[in-house]
Amino acid sequence: MDWQIFGVWLAAFMTLGIISFLYKDNVFYKAAEAIFIGISAGYWFIVFFWDSMVGKFYVQAIESPEPEHHVWVGLILGILMLARLSNKVGWIARWPLAFVVGATAGLYMMMFFVSNAMVQVQSTIMPLWETGDGWFTVFNNIVIIIGVTCGLVYFFFSKKHEGAFGVAAKIGIWFLMVTFGASFGYTVMSRMSLMLGRLDFLFGTWLEMIP
Amino acid sequence: MNTRMKEIIATVAIVAFFLICKYVLPKPLEFSPLVSNLIIGAMAVVFIIILIRTLQGKYIERRIVFLLVGIALLLPFFMQFDLPLQVSPEVKATYDALESLPPGSKVLASFDYDPPSAPELQPMADAFMQYAFENDLKVIIMGLWPQGPQQANQSIEAAFVANPALREKVEYGVDYVNLGFQAGNEFVIVGMGKGFRSMFPTDMNGTPYDSIPLVKNITNFGNIDFSLNFSAGKPGTVEWVQVGVDRYKLRMAAGNTAVQAPAVYPYLNAGQIVGLMGGMSGAAEFEKITGKTGKATTYLLSQSSAHLVVIGLIIIGNVAFFREKKGGK
Amino acid sequence: MRREIPLVITFVVGVVFVISYFIPHYPFNEFESWFTDWFSIVGAFAIWLGALNLMKISTLKIVKQKKDWPFSALTIVSFLIIVIFGFYGGKGFRDPGTTFDWLYVYVYTALSSTMFALLAFFVASASYRAFRARNFEATLLLVAAFFVMLGRVPVGDMITGFLPLEYQMSHWANWVMNILNTAGQRAIMIGIALGLVSTSLRVILGLERSYLGGD
Repeated sequence: MDWQIFGVWLAAFMTLGIISFLYKDNVFYKAAEAIFIGISAGYWFIVFFWDSMVGKFYVQAIESPEPEHHVWVGLILGILMLARLSNKVGWIARWPLAFVVGATAGLYMMMFFVSNAMVQVQSTIMPLWETGDGWFTVFNNIVIIIGVTCGLVYFFFSKKHEGAFGVAAKIGIWFLMVTFGASFGYTVMSRMSLMLGRLDFLFGTWLEMIP
Repeated sequence: MNTRMKEIIATVAIVAFFLICKYVLPKPLEFSPLVSNLIIGAMAVVFIIILIRTLQGKYIERRIVFLLVGIALLLPFFMQFDLPLQVSPEVKATYDALESLPPGSKVLASFDYDPPSAPELQPMADAFMQYAFENDLKVIIMGLWPQGPQQANQSIEAAFVANPALREKVEYGVDYVNLGFQAGNEFVIVGMGKGFRSMFPTDMNGTPYDSIPLVKNITNFGNIDFSLNFSAGKPGTVEWVQVGVDRYKLRMAAGNTAVQAPAVYPYLNAGQIVGLMGGMSGAAEFEKITGKTGKATTYLLSQSSAHLVVIGLIIIGNVAFFREKKGGK
Repeated sequence: MRREIPLVITFVVGVVFVISYFIPHYPFNEFESWFTDWFSIVGAFAIWLGALNLMKISTLKIVKQKKDWPFSALTIVSFLIIVIFGFYGGKGFRDPGTTFDWLYVYVYTALSSTMFALLAFFVASASYRAFRARNFEATLLLVAAFFVMLGRVPVGDMITGFLPLEYQMSHWANWVMNILNTAGQRAIMIGIALGLVSTSLRVILGLERSYLGGD
């Protein structure tokens, strides 16, 4: 039996099973969906076992010539996380959860403040024109400064949007709308690309019709 | 005829269609210019019919819209049109950054995506991998998504298929290495800033870090000349910029899915990343500028036709909307 | 005890990550390094928790013969198949040619890709039925979308092929993305960052405790 050919046929049936949902929910879709959930969970389970537990924890804690004993604490926290499966001792899972929340809050606070606030503000406060800049570059610089400033004004809800402040907020909305429009256009592009991949598989790899 | 009967007939028709495609139609199937133009004309007629019906207040059923999109995506696969493609400045900047690297430079490639995003990101990754191997760039592969390293393996294989000489030329552990996946999202990047070895004590096959010639002298990001990130979301480009670039001064370009790309433009404008490839069009442009034509280029006609269908549907919907509004007044 | 210890853990860990940004030296860099290692391991357990929870729910569904229980059985069987081949494959479990890789390429890839690809149809249907230029703001959104959708594929340049190269659609799409989109995204980005900083501070200081749940 050629497992590759069997695999292609199986993948084709799985693909058509999912696509059948476009007509309506049906037994083929439900079966494909159930397999997808099981396979995904199993995939993640195994990859985390080999890469994180064996590839990292086991090597660092046991196999290494200079074992790093601190990783045992990580293991204990991880095991405590599994307490969540029990109703009786589930509360103890809050400890590892608190660790995850604390680490994420601490790291995100600095990451976002530096990269998404400070650097972005710094990049917006720029010379409108420098020697050699064409008029279009100057125009673009002005547009970015106005767009960012007005956009931020729109997000400032502590003051009523009226008068000059209201005009700035209105311009801010316009910039945000263009941004959302661009994102929509890109989303359409992305979604169509994903389907193209599947059609390429069905009509190319499986049916061998695509040149 | 009841619904059940109709469904059975439709199912039989679909099975027959695929069997005909598989065993009757010529392979590969190519439409002549005449047939291609006739199909385009037929699509235009369909749109006029939809417009008329919509104006009459009869919105077409969603399954017909689905069918229309499916046809618009599928049929261009069999058509032959030369399309003009201009390389955008952000893709050119990515290419220029790669071109500026001397042979032997160490490039960190993080594959942060899974199969659903592969149609957009795999062509970029395939072209990059072939380019890197041909130009003697040393590639260190890793993934913040579990599926990433396996997608990287597919890119390596694609590079070998595109240029069979590379299979002999390129050696694992010397010219490239796949460190695999590590859990922890952005914390992995933080850890790598302290030391690659602590985050990846072994490569994806279990070979100890210190036994791999390519990486045994790499301590942290300071030893990396350039980084290219293929990202479909979180963790991905944003996290690499926030930690790798802004904290550890990594020089980086990114390949993103189209959904993610608009949010990455501020980083490009601020100089946090040197280049950006966004979605299928970014991938096609990268293929064009590297001269490694692949899937993205072949998909562009279908992509274009699907965009036209969506634009057509929006226009029809709006024409009907304004007519209703006018009638209401 | 049930609430105080988690609050202390959150505070200590959060503060270490903040301080180590400013003082990347001993002992803070060491603690940060340790916490990063622990985070990776806890992350793995979090995924296992999710997978085991799925198995628990599916098993209960089968035992209680709830609606659609055979599909839960299918989920468990699929899970077990890939897990068994994953364990059996050893450290090279996903190398090309292994059964695990076969399952990845022909089952996992097919299912996951198609699941997300369905969105292509729904986005088109929604565009036809709901995307309306009801007011000036919505019109801006629509026009920007048109520019990007046309300009990012070659058909845009074909339509505007009579214009000089620098005025063709792809260049306008570039302009929309690099200037207008960048300005809007940057405003959103700064707003989110400031919100995130204040929320993180509240979490670290123990003012925000919703993640601890009830009791």
